[in-house]
Amino acid sequence: MSVAAGEALTRAYRECWVVVVAATARLTRDLDLAEDCTQEAFERALRVWPEGVPDNPAGWLTTTARRVALDRLRREQTLRRKLPLLVEDPAADEAEPAPTDPLRLVLTCCHPALARESQVALTLRLVCGLDTAAIAAVLLTGEAGVARRITRAKRKIAAARIPFRVPADDELAPRLDAALTVVHLVYTAGHVGSGTELADTGLTTRAIALSRMLVRVLPAEPEPRGLLGLLLLTEARGGTRTDPDGELVLLADQDRSAWDPRRTREGLAHATAALRAGTPPGRFALQAALAGLHAVAPSWERTDWSQVVVTYDALVRVWPSAVAALNRAAARSQVPGVDLREVLGEMDALTPDLVRYPYLPAARASVLARLGRREEAAAAYDEALALTVNPVERRFLAGRRAELS
Amino acid sequence: MAQYVFLMYDSEDWYDTAGDQDVADEFRLHEAFMEAVREAGAEVVGGEALERSSTASTVRRGEGAPLVTDGPFADTKEALGGFYVIDAPDLDVALRLAAVCPAGTVEVRPVMAMPDA
Repeated sequence: MSVAAGEALTRAYRECWVVVVAATARLTRDLDLAEDCTQEAFERALRVWPEGVPDNPAGWLTTTARRVALDRLRREQTLRRKLPLLVEDPAADEAEPAPTDPLRLVLTCCHPALARESQVALTLRLVCGLDTAAIAAVLLTGEAGVARRITRAKRKIAAARIPFRVPADDELAPRLDAALTVVHLVYTAGHVGSGTELADTGLTTRAIALSRMLVRVLPAEPEPRGLLGLLLLTEARGGTRTDPDGELVLLADQDRSAWDPRRTREGLAHATAALRAGTPPGRFALQAALAGLHAVAPSWERTDWSQVVVTYDALVRVWPSAVAALNRAAARSQVPGVDLREVLGEMDALTPDLVRYPYLPAARASVLARLGRREEAAAAYDEALALTVNPVERRFLAGRRAELS
Repeated sequence: MAQYVFLMYDSEDWYDTAGDQDVADEFRLHEAFMEAVREAGAEVVGGEALERSSTASTVRRGEGAPLVTDGPFADTKEALGGFYVIDAPDLDVALRLAAVCPAGTVEVRPVMAMPDA
């Protein structure tokens, strides 16, 4: 295949899959069939695009998938679906694709009546187009379990009649929050996947494309913009997160001159817009602001730590979570002149809420080491190691532990 | 429209302590719930309140003769105390209604769709 066709196809797979599935699901009213037809459209592209890449790849794929779907529906007319997907759109022609369809698909996959693990697995399958093996690999779990989870979730969507729609304004915020959380998890899973040296599934690219789509269809909502800002600012640090040997490099030691200025600029613009529009700013806007404070700091030492702590205070207010409180404590440990014993006390107080969370003992270990309490630091690193699966993170923790003696 | 069964679970202390006024209050709560159902464009098509779980008998079929035991199938702190059958347009409406259904815990189960005869 020509390089251009190959690149266009990879790009379309990562950026347009959700658009094609969503537009086809509206027509088929069956998620499995929509998925099959989308798969078939991509297979046709593989054969046809080398002769010339269409001007509008997303449009070409959507038209093709819907044509395949119409053929199948005609052939299988006797197999009328017992439980059609509930498409609700009084204003539009029910079969015509609508710009909000990808959002509907994301909200359906992230419906609160589905368990978080099912939301993530279903999003990776239907929205990102990953197969079961790839999903199992990024979620560090078994293939059979993933397959079961996805089948059950699809059956629940049909049997319990989870509607394919964008909820009314007053219900949108909590639904959107679940969807943004899942997109963020998809991004994070992309990083974990790369850490285990798996085949590049492009999950980080997909998560960014998804948050762009959410910003596009919900321009008045600040939180999708906050998420996009957060992801772009994180992505801007891309290559500097690991060294040439694949070892983890902490933010403190990253080569800031190698951060991608284009992504940083765009990320900062979205973060600022999200902060201004939110009253009060939501958790993704605030997380983007935190990433932004790091992005503009000339060095780790010269970071505006006081502002970082203030921003974490706001984050803990809108999103009271032990993880946010831990990050706040870790930021406070960097403020010049802080009493580290006090910070350690704050971290210790979080133990009951973060029992199996490896970053808690890792953060404690770092503070203990700075206090000169080496034995306790070593024990805390051991605790963190026992909870960490990712080999890159394991090597990092082991390295830190070795530096103690 | 789809049908959902709302299974209502509660602590059973109520049966011991409720006076006439409590029963009347409870009745009003259910009236209000049925009104909310109508306002949501849904419909109550069935439902009953149940006697306490200690009045239940459970029949288990296996090999040989069916085994009858005294008490509910699952002996839990919160027991099944009643149910509604609700016709609702979709799960979002059903879940909104379950949130205002007067019970400590409500399990929402879709009724299986049967092929048309």
